Amino acid sequence: MAEIQDSQWPLWEVFIQANPGIPHKHAGSVHAPDKEIALTNARDVYTRRKEGTSIWVVPSDRIVASNPNDCDMLFDPANDKIYRHPTFYTMPEGAVGI
Amino acid sequence: MTKQEALFTYLLRLGDNALVMGHRLSEWSSFAPILEEDLALTNIALDHIGRAQALLKYAAEIEGKGRTEDDLAYKRPERQFLNVLLVEQPNGDFASTIARQIFHSAFELQLFEALSKSKDETLSGLAARCLKEVKYHWRHAFDWLQRLGDGTEESHERMQKGIDDLWMYSGELFEIDDVEAMLIEEGIAVDNSAFYDKWNALISEALSSATITRPEEGAYMQTGGRKGVHTENLGFILAEMQYLPRAYPDAKW
Repeated sequence: MAEIQDSQWPLWEVFIQANPGIPHKHAGSVHAPDKEIALTNARDVYTRRKEGTSIWVVPSDRIVASNPNDCDMLFDPANDKIYRHPTFYTMPEGAVGI
Repeated sequence: MTKQEALFTYLLRLGDNALVMGHRLSEWSSFAPILEEDLALTNIALDHIGRAQALLKYAAEIEGKGRTEDDLAYKRPERQFLNVLLVEQPNGDFASTIARQIFHSAFELQLFEALSKSKDETLSGLAARCLKEVKYHWRHAFDWLQRLGDGTEESHERMQKGIDDLWMYSGELFEIDDVEAMLIEEGIAVDNSAFYDKWNALISEALSSATITRPEEGAYMQTGGRKGVHTENLGFILAEMQYLPRAYPDAKW
């Protein structure tokens, strides 16, 4: 684990699922000394107004992020490949829920 | 004493416990060790205030003298408050607050479980809702008891001191008198004295797993709150809580 940079407890990223079946979405972060407290802290900080049906917490230093300097290389090549969107297909008549 | 008078007193005891406990916990607002804990403690405070509002509103209805839950919370003097002494004890340090919460939550787990089977539908409905809240309050206090008790030398010492200092206020939780006796017969109230064994088992196990020494059996116990005889702490709480409604009656936001 990386060195903790501030005087607080380790940082955890919080992911909340708003309704059953949909993806967990990043909500923010909390400080906590261990995983159980991270979970209860996340509950208290991020689900006070019925926001959630499930919570994930992940140690922040276990998340690998892309480098902002690599944006050109990683994302620009997709700019001129509009055909990768599925909008060019004609929908069969009467198809619903697509 | 009529059944109505007994129920009024019983509801005040339940409601005042929730009100005073909620006020005490709200004092942590902006003072907790970290932001996350600030929110946790004030969330728990709000659970108690919400419960107090419902219980005192019902008490006012039962009394039938046109008073509201606000009248009962803000316009009664100290001697008419019927909360147990435990809930009015000062927050002290964080460990001391956790000690108070662990005693209180372990008791409320039994109380609301039993009360959710009351023949009084208002009480049973409310108790079922409270039970969900209390399960979380217990978890919160239990997690911190483990970590402070089995943490550093200093955290262990503070946790042990919190438990030792507040132990003498735990006995009053299990008292009953004529008020409860009358309502237990009707299937409305629950018998607090029957909760001791489970409470004792829960607390003994929690303390031992946190490497905290359980205070000795047969220790001297304080009493009086349920009859309106309080420690000096309640007066200070009420002075702060009741100042505004007394200075500016009928003030509105």
